[in-house]
Amino acid sequence: MVIKGKAYVVGDHVDTDQIIPAEHLVYRMDDPQERALYGRFALTGVPAEGAGLPHGCTPLVKADEAAPFTVLIGGQNFGCGSSREHAPVALAEAGIQAVVAHSYARIFFRNSVDGGFVLPAESEENLSMTIATGDEVEVNMKTQTLKNKRTGVSHALKPMDTVAEIVSAGGLFAYARENQRMGDCKNEQDYCTAGGRDRAGSVQASCEDTDRCWYPGGFAL
Amino acid sequence: MNFIETVLARRAGRERVTPGETVWVDVDTLLTHDVCGPGTIGIFQHEFGREATVWDPDKVVLMPDHYIFTEDAHAIRNRELVRQFAHEQALPHYYDEASDRYRGVCHVGFAEEGFARPGRVLFGTDSHTCTAGAFGQFATGIGNTDAAFIMGTGRLWVKVPETVRIILHGHWPAALMAKDAILQIICDLGLDGATYGALEFVGEAVEALDMDERMTLCNMAIEAGGKCGVIPPDAVTYDYLRARGVDAFESITVNGDARYQRVLVYDVSLMRPTVAMPYTPDRAALAADLSDVKLDQCYIGSCTGGKMADFRAAARVLNGRSVACRTVMVPATREIEKALETETLHDHTLADIFRAAGAEMGPPSCAACLGGPKDTFGRLNGDEVCLSTTNRNFPGRMGSPKSQTFLASPLTVAASAVIGRIIDPSVYVT
Repeated sequence: MVIKGKAYVVGDHVDTDQIIPAEHLVYRMDDPQERALYGRFALTGVPAEGAGLPHGCTPLVKADEAAPFTVLIGGQNFGCGSSREHAPVALAEAGIQAVVAHSYARIFFRNSVDGGFVLPAESEENLSMTIATGDEVEVNMKTQTLKNKRTGVSHALKPMDTVAEIVSAGGLFAYARENQRMGDCKNEQDYCTAGGRDRAGSVQASCEDTDRCWYPGGFAL
Repeated sequence: MNFIETVLARRAGRERVTPGETVWVDVDTLLTHDVCGPGTIGIFQHEFGREATVWDPDKVVLMPDHYIFTEDAHAIRNRELVRQFAHEQALPHYYDEASDRYRGVCHVGFAEEGFARPGRVLFGTDSHTCTAGAFGQFATGIGNTDAAFIMGTGRLWVKVPETVRIILHGHWPAALMAKDAILQIICDLGLDGATYGALEFVGEAVEALDMDERMTLCNMAIEAGGKCGVIPPDAVTYDYLRARGVDAFESITVNGDARYQRVLVYDVSLMRPTVAMPYTPDRAALAADLSDVKLDQCYIGSCTGGKMADFRAAARVLNGRSVACRTVMVPATREIEKALETETLHDHTLADIFRAAGAEMGPPSCAACLGGPKDTFGRLNGDEVCLSTTNRNFPGRMGSPKSQTFLASPLTVAASAVIGRIIDPSVYVT
């Protein structure tokens, strides 16, 4: 799978309070209009000098404009701090499809994987000083590279660890249903398709409730 | 296997587990609150259907605690969503903020209610869920999707963590608290030095701590990137639990081949009161070296620093003294709030000591630890400099991005409140 687009760059230790400040953790996730507010306020906690490196002072999202960025480049320990799943949701709502960080705090990484919101890739080198905000990049999980079209340089990505299967499936629920990991859960026996997915995790075309089905279809690795 | 591997192996139904491997575990308890509860409930209903019921109502603990004393309309609506779900599902462990069952900060309330027990596996939708590791259990923070998965199935995958063993030797100096030790340890490990690792705290200096102080150690494991913190249970643990009406314990026997990724050894008698400087919890400095930092606010509260042991420490300093800057106190729970009105030091209740010193007391909740809605008690709304007993000091953590938060023990915070600058509390506590 290839994710292409403009890069937005931040530095090391960008914590979840910077990704989505706590005062915004009140919007409903299952209401499309409220959910969109997470995108509006994504990365608004990043201090101005670190927002959109190397120059800073470039917000990810400008008021009332669609963010032009699809790949977020982070440094070390991206997403440290709280367990708020609102963080990867906010990035996804702002149009980010892949995060490429040198390393991740584990809860953010896990939330990205299990919720299927953004692809969390790890770069071999810290790219936050190498790639500039606005560079056109291509994230290719098959070749495990991030290509910077401005410089022509390809940067190596690390192989996905044991979570690759969950990422490919599109998240924990889809993975667990495909791999008989729901246990003897009573809810599965009465499972209905109200949520828009069948037992194998694929979206039901006939489902009447697809508007509420916010999960992406998975990242083919 | 070491302690945490033994706990995980049991719940995975395995003879043994190895760091790095992924296992599926049966979950003993799921903890959630008003900030992540609504999202969790939404995914649960979306995935399992509107009629689905939680896997085991007795294993779900719902403790609203974050945005309680606020007029924020969304926050009020979210608390109502949690209430409605708790009633629909007839959840016995729901602590409605509008009732006298309300407890306050979930991690402390969770312990007070006797839910934190040796050998158990706890997942909570809050990164400081690791606090419960003080009781000898596996406890870690997760997001809404994982929590919704547990709500429906009672299971979750876990990558078995490597374990960093931290041995604390020596006697605690009068002015030193668990908070000082953990700030020093986080500084040594680095903000991501224990990423996905378990931190196991042992040694006679750990054994000498009460449960409140042990919770402080485990609470901040996440600030070094840790998956969990854990302290093997002993008589102190069992006494705490018995006093809370829990008298059946799972015993965990660690066999001889316990393995650790690395071992750090400290002598607490050589440590000195420590402060983490803005804007990361691993930027440690000695309190004594920061006397030029002038404070606008001192804050004592949160799961980390709003427990009885924290207020007892603050009272030792503030008894008969006055504060020189705005000083805000938020007991973690109702139980602590009540105890401050009854427990005495030199014939004064702790609450009277604080009021006489000029501190402002707020109702129990997470309050300004994480900023929160604009009307949150104690929130930093401008360029204030704050010294706080809380756990994080990232940019904007306690409110305004222009504010600065320094982290310290309640002794250091109380002593610094007296002069309005950061000070080593040794001058007041001998």
